[in-house]
Amino acid sequence: METTTYCDRCGRPDADGPHDACRAARAMEPPRYCPACRRRMIVQVTPLGWTARCSEHGETRG
Amino acid sequence: MTDILDVARRQVLDEGRGLSASQVLDCLNLPDDRLKDLLALAHDVRMRWCGPEVEVEGIVSLKTGGCPEDCHFCSQSGTFQSPVRSVWLNIPELVEAAKETAKTGATEFCIVAAVRGPDERLMKQVREGVAAINAAVDINIACSLGMLTQEQVDELAAMGVHRYNHNLETARSHFPNVVTTHSWEERWDTLRMVKDAGMEVCCGGIIGMGETREQRAEFAGQLAELEPDEVPLNFLTPRPGTPFADRPLVEGAEALKTIGAFRLALPRTILRYAGGRELTLGDFGTREGMLGGINAVIVGNYLTTLGRPAEQDLELLTELEMPIKALSKTL
Ligand code: SF4
Ligand SMILES: [Zn+2]
Ligand SMILES: [Zn+2]
Repeated sequence: METTTYCDRCGRPDADGPHDACRAARAMEPPRYCPACRRRMIVQVTPLGWTARCSEHGETRG
Repeated sequence: MTDILDVARRQVLDEGRGLSASQVLDCLNLPDDRLKDLLALAHDVRMRWCGPEVEVEGIVSLKTGGCPEDCHFCSQSGTFQSPVRSVWLNIPELVEAAKETAKTGATEFCIVAAVRGPDERLMKQVREGVAAINAAVDINIACSLGMLTQEQVDELAAMGVHRYNHNLETARSHFPNVVTTHSWEERWDTLRMVKDAGMEVCCGGIIGMGETREQRAEFAGQLAELEPDEVPLNFLTPRPGTPFADRPLVEGAEALKTIGAFRLALPRTILRYAGGRELTLGDFGTREGMLGGINAVIVGNYLTTLGRPAEQDLELLTELEMPIKALSKTL
């Protein structure tokens, strides 16, 4: 079974790349879209970290 | 013709009188081969009138996104298709962020909310947040909550909020190209009230929003007229979904010229590196700016974007032999 994954910066399918600019930008940004379902995540940035939460796929931290 | 840097040496370095807008423009128009001289003079001015200390600050977003205003640079405006979703930070998380910030050596912690101005829900959260931070951490608390009423100004002052941030963002003549939902004058009114209430005023802006050099100089003159305690300088990082998404970054040399010129307009002000320096200046340019008039930094992350690691800034300050300003809490 083929599963689609998404760019966590722009929300478009990874296969619709290239996402080089997105990857470069992500060095200075938290993710915004869930890579599994492309929902916009709830993101909280704090001085020394960030959390990003998808209502379906849970939380990631950085 | 007299050289603007010779004039500035006498007027600003010796006498402590900042440059006027037209003099700032002369600095911004200097050829690139004079940049080094400009930065060296700006550094001398900073050392003479402010000293070697660097003020370190952390900022956190208490309420992110969903703002009704339309500031064209801002990913937190609810009026554009930005990927930033609305979220509130709870009090324990806020206190944790203040603790983390204090651990870096920072003496300032700024609580920011994406709003036109505070409503009662936000004021309550700020009230509880300020009390909880004061009970747990030794750090000065600043707030940035948009436009205020006189009552709100008085309440924040009474809470012990020692500094209030409200950016004019850009020159008055350029403001209508950046924001249409409120005016530059409305921002100015809030700043006057804050100042009159005895809170320290923090007011800066963003370079690179399509303003001309003349307008950059105009902005420096307007800030000098306000006499803020602190000016945070941001460089635009174009945010996806905003009207300014496709604007180019400010070039490094231009950004450094702006830093040097703003220091000469504001000899005694805390001039802080804020957002965008990482992309616009890189590591090398960041160092040059620290030796060109900057005397304060935001460490760590910003509100919706990330900064470079705090340690990197702290190591740089050590290397430059610039001590971190110690906490002096005025009660
Ligand atoms: S008022 Fe502040 S949060 Fe709201 S759109 Fe403008 S800059 Fe962004
Ligand atoms: Zn992408
Ligand atoms: Zn998901």
